[in-house]
This record gives sequence, C-alpha cells and structure tokens, in this order.
Amino acid sequence: MSFIDVTMQLLSGFKTTMMIFALTLLGAIPLGLIITFGSMSKVKPLRWLTRTFIWIIRGTPLMLQIILVFYGPGLIFGATALPREMAVLLAFIINYAAYFSEIYRGGIESIPAGQYEAGQVLGMTKGQIFFKVVLFQVIKRIVPPMGNEIITLVKDTSLARVISVTELVMAAQDIVSVKGIIWPTFYIGAFYLLVSGLLTILFDRIEKKLDYYKG
Amino acid sequence: MAVLEVKQIRKNFDGEEVLKGIDFSMEKGEVLAIIGSSGSGKTTLLRCLNFLLTPDAGQIFVNGECIFDAEDTRKLSEKEIREKRLHFGLVFQSFNLFPQYNVLRNITLAAELQVKEEGKARKASKQEKKEALAEVTAYAEQLLSQVGLLEKKQAYPCELSGGQQQRVAIARALALNPDILCFDEPTSALDPALTGEVLRVIRGLKSSERTMIVVTHEMEFARRVADKVIYMADGVIEEYGEPEQIFTNPQSEKLKAFLQNAQEGL
Repeated sequence: MSFIDVTMQLLSGFKTTMMIFALTLLGAIPLGLIITFGSMSKVKPLRWLTRTFIWIIRGTPLMLQIILVFYGPGLIFGATALPREMAVLLAFIINYAAYFSEIYRGGIESIPAGQYEAGQVLGMTKGQIFFKVVLFQVIKRIVPPMGNEIITLVKDTSLARVISVTELVMAAQDIVSVKGIIWPTFYIGAFYLLVSGLLTILFDRIEKKLDYYKG
Repeated sequence: MAVLEVKQIRKNFDGEEVLKGIDFSMEKGEVLAIIGSSGSGKTTLLRCLNFLLTPDAGQIFVNGECIFDAEDTRKLSEKEIREKRLHFGLVFQSFNLFPQYNVLRNITLAAELQVKEEGKARKASKQEKKEALAEVTAYAEQLLSQVGLLEKKQAYPCELSGGQQQRVAIARALALNPDILCFDEPTSALDPALTGEVLRVIRGLKSSERTMIVVTHEMEFARRVADKVIYMADGVIEEYGEPEQIFTNPQSEKLKAFLQNAQEGL
C-alpha cells in the first residue's frame, strides 16, 4: 500500500477527528459558561448540584463516559442507542464543558472586587459590568489554560474509537490489521503535531493581541 | 436646604456594630473631611452612602429627597438603586480603573452606556444619539484637562503612575456629575511623592457647586481644604466642627490622643 493510499485513507479518519474537535468546542465553550453560573450561583442547592456534577465528570475517565452515553440508555431504560457519532459528541461536550467551566470560574473569581464596585458606583447594570468590564479581562486571563485544554482535546478525540467511531487512530489501526504494515500508526503522529502546532501559533497570537495592557 | 442629610445610620457585620448611629448634614459646595484611625467606620460610612453596603438602620436624604430608609422594606429594583446611587460618586483608594480601556474610554464608558440606554427608551434618532455621545466625549476631555492629563487620553492605565491613575479615576467619577463626590483615602495607596498631585487636583475641584466628602489620613490636607471635619472613633462621630477647632482645640480625649499620634508619626 503506497504512501498516498495510506494518506488518503487516514485523511477520512482525520476528518472525523476534526469534526469531533470542532463540534466539541462549539458546544462546550457556551455550555461551560452555563455550568460556571451554576457553580458560582448564590442558590446553595444549585451550586452544590453543579459542583457534584463537575466532580463526577472530572473524576471519571472520558472513555467510560463515552461508553456510558452510548450503551447506558439501552441498558438502563431499554431505549435505542444514539448514533455513535452523536454519543461521542455528547460525551465530549459534557466532559469538556465541565473542565472549561472550572477555567472560567477561576478567571471570573480572579477579577478584583474593585472592578465590580467601580462599575456599580458608575451606575452600570450587572449585565453591563459583566460584559463591558469583566468579561474581557476574564478572557485575557483564561487564554493560556484554555489553550492547554484545547490542545488536549485534539488528542482526546482518539478515545472515540472505543465505540468504533473511525477517527484517526482507528483509521490507522484498520490499515495495520488489514494490510499488516505498522508504520501508519506512527505516521498519524504527524497529523496531531500539525494541528497542535497550528493551535499553539493561534494561541500565541491571541495572547500577544491581548497583551496591549497589563493587569 | 442641606444637600445631604444622614440620620442614625447603623451597620453591623456579623453582629459587630461598625456604625453606631451616624448623623450629619452637608450644605452645597461644602468639603467634609472624615478622619479617624483604621477600623473607626469611615470607609464603611462612605460605602453605605454609595450603596455598596446597605445600612441596617437610618435614613439618607439628598436635596430633601429620601433616597434610603432602612424602615422601608420594599425591595428596590436594580434601576431604582442605580438612580439613587448616581447622586454619589466614589473615588477608590485603589483607583479601580478598567485596565483594558484607555484613559478617555474609562471616563466615557458609563456615560455612553447611559446615553445609549436613554436613547433606546426615547427612540432617539441616530443623529441625536451621535450628538449626545459627542457631548460625553467633549465633557470627558474637559475633565481630563482639568486634572491635567489631556495629553494622556489614549494611554492605558498600566502606562500611568499611581498619581495619574488616581487623577483619571477622579475625572471618571466627575463625568456623571454626582451631587456629592466621595473619596475613600484617595492617596493611601500612593507613594508619598505622588500624593501631592492628587491632593492638588482635589483642592482644585473645590467650588460652590461641588460637594465633597474626603476620608483621609492627610491631616494637613483636611485642615487646609475642608470646611468641616468629622472625627470618627469606634463607629460614632466623636467630634464635628470647623478644621481650626478640631485641630487646635480638640475636646474629646480620643481626638487629642489621635492628633498626638498623627503628629508623632510625622
């Protein structure tokens, strides 16, 4: 099997990998914010519930969560299983939203109370204070940890193969088992490096852009 | 008529009474200095006036209108609280400028948000809004030249010295034309070399139109600039009077000891 053939076959797996990556971000970034509001809520039961949820999600393997989302509904309620890709996405979005929410919370709590008070005495509404004063400062502070988490996501997508979603690693393993050649397994490392390299450059740029002020 | 009247303000923190019934009033154009050792309740009092804290008892009147009454348990809407709090401006000890905005935007932000909100409510035309926003900017620039920082209007707070940041913060507080401008130890976070420029700006603001309350540890400043001085100790107004009387002829033992201490510190 030629290099080109292998590359073409791997590319279809890579496409799935990138789909999981992009859609997870799309879902988890806003969902994380909602979870943050829950975990920072003044309503104690809600806060307690949200933090327990975060503990469970962060405290169990993502692989287990994928399996649970896919097989769980059938085993527990006798329901029909979700399509594999849907189950993967659902598990990834929930898992990453939990991690993102903690990053957001750290960012929001690091903003000094004086910023809120300054907004208040200037007659701003809570919404105006959050969106016009606090949010931008939070974004600046969470860019490095978010970059970290997002690069981890690129590689975590490989867990999708646990329920037979043909992403990049599984695509390589298929070639290995069918054709009896081992090198495609190592070749896919280059795909991951390429994506994480691009992300590193992107996050560097964002950090530089936001570096026009200190504090 | 008094521009500000404070009646029997009390405030507890976890059962500890920090303000034990504060009464005073101010005439328009007056500068009131509040002195006292740390923990005497000075800052708490200012924060109550600015609605950053809610007093447990008492009333506050501005221009004869009751803007706060602890007896009134009706829950105020956010909008009502905002309107009431805009009678007051507050300059913080730690400046609290918005770091991501330049100097001019720091000053115009709140006023612009108000203009936009009002414009929406009145369904104002684009032209009207544009003019109102231009006015906001022009006024901000006027205030900036008043505090001597017009040439810094494009700078970011992190590029300014502490004294300059505090002068910007003063301009920002003035931009909304509060009836009473409050200063919470405006020079305490500053290098001694930088306190002068800030105190000069505050003194320069003194006019028949502007009522100011300055919580300060700068005794000389209080003595020379203030029209009235309040000495607070343990949550009560221990002594109140003209600066000359407070500083040269203190009555209470506590004030005598406090002034003695302040002198020895010099």
